[in-house]
Amino acid sequence: MRRYFDYYLTSMRMAILEQFQYRVANYFYMIGMIAEPVIYLVVWSTVAEAQGGEVGGYTPGAFAAYYIVWTLVRNMNIVFTPYGWEGYIQRGQLSAELLKPIHPLHNFLSFFAGWKVVVIIFWLPLAAILSLIFKPALDFTWVEVVFFFFAIWGAYLIRTMLLTLLGMITFWTTRVSAIYELFFAFELVLSGRLVPMSLMPVWVQDVADWLPFQWTFGYPIESLVSQLPPAELWGGLGMQALWIGITTVMVAVMWRYGIKRFSAVGN
Amino acid sequence: MKRIIQLTLTYLRIGILNEMQYRVNFFIQLLQSFVALGTGLIGLALVFEHTNDLAGWTRPELLAVMGVHILMGGVIRAAIQPNMQTLANDIQQGTLDYALTKPVDSQVIVSVREFRLWQVVDVVMGFVVMGWAVAEMREGLGLGDGLIFTAALVLGGIMIYCFWLMLTTSAFWIIRVYEMINLFEGLYAAGRWPVGIYPLWLRSMLTFLVPVAFAVTVPSEILVGRVSVQTLLGALALTAGLVVLARFVWTLGVRNYSGASA
Repeated sequence: MRRYFDYYLTSMRMAILEQFQYRVANYFYMIGMIAEPVIYLVVWSTVAEAQGGEVGGYTPGAFAAYYIVWTLVRNMNIVFTPYGWEGYIQRGQLSAELLKPIHPLHNFLSFFAGWKVVVIIFWLPLAAILSLIFKPALDFTWVEVVFFFFAIWGAYLIRTMLLTLLGMITFWTTRVSAIYELFFAFELVLSGRLVPMSLMPVWVQDVADWLPFQWTFGYPIESLVSQLPPAELWGGLGMQALWIGITTVMVAVMWRYGIKRFSAVGN
Repeated sequence: MKRIIQLTLTYLRIGILNEMQYRVNFFIQLLQSFVALGTGLIGLALVFEHTNDLAGWTRPELLAVMGVHILMGGVIRAAIQPNMQTLANDIQQGTLDYALTKPVDSQVIVSVREFRLWQVVDVVMGFVVMGWAVAEMREGLGLGDGLIFTAALVLGGIMIYCFWLMLTTSAFWIIRVYEMINLFEGLYAAGRWPVGIYPLWLRSMLTFLVPVAFAVTVPSEILVGRVSVQTLLGALALTAGLVVLARFVWTLGVRNYSGASA
């Protein structure tokens, strides 16, 4: 246990130092990602205004709050991609990871976790500017901030596990990009990334309840911007814990079978 | 001029032959295009579940915008973006020498070298979506409308090309342009909706900085029958201006290029 703790601490610290060097690149990247939520925000604010100031319980101000917090949650959702796994497995880089006396997943988990610390710090001024432009109606309690803090890290863990599962498909077959794209499309619609889940038709919400996606996106945002009752706040964290458990077991099982198929290519 | 056309056709042929080797990619592209279309349609359906018109645009009208957006996106990814990415790489690595030493205008050669055939799937899909929108909208399109529409599309394509060329040419001075490509993709995504819905500052950016307004919204306005002569003349003037400007920036950039000795 102590060993893992030290490993995570060191690896995260290295990632933080490394990413702080690439300030400009990091900022360009984050600014490039702002276009997507701004488009959603403008479209739905327009709809809300046309409907007399509110749609699905959201006013333009509430949409602004939702999509500004969205930008941070989106960044928390960026983890080692399946395309990365594809490269690692196909080009045999995984061999080097396998030589270490620790599961490769810890390496990816800790590196991206460290990067997130940098991202959160960089996000604050960005959120301030967006708030000046779009005037969000955001009022939260400090309790909600605490829930939000845990929820974004829960989201990070679930998404890491999901994309690891996806990436490990490469153990069995190459050319998986079409599968990834299909997955991302489902995720876009069922997670609350496209619109808050309350704007979805009821049957879509019912489907989403059986899937992990909304706990990685919609729930963290809503824990801060919507006044969720305590039961739902706790329930959300509980669902996150459940999905972290399920996906971790799935990763472990898939890894066991997948790694047997792995044979390195290299020089 | 004849030589330039011949050169373009030869590169086109090589590009197509090259892509023909990877036929499975066609099906992957087809699937990805359908996925993108599906999410687009879902977005549209969601909006119109809650409202009847978006800033004066009805559902079939926005479908037309989506069709033009998909089509123009296909053109960009088939013919414009690959060339500009190759150019950016060449500038960064100093291999642009090979293009510059060819006995033909350098701007022409860097603009026609690459062609991604399978991206044409999106062009076809864009036409299908547009046809669907027009069929839902009104009693068909006259020949005149069709011609004006085609002209507006061509103008829009040229504007996007000029914009990309200038963006990539900046690599002569600042070397790394990858992040800007990311930025362009984000801004182009904004063209999925008519630019009129955006706040003024963003609308101005989408009109003059990244000409998404002219590339997507204006052709769509012709399809839905609400474009003014002034807008069309404006598009023509802006295209001419951008062509001259892009040429100027390119010449300036090439003069600044010192190559990388082997």
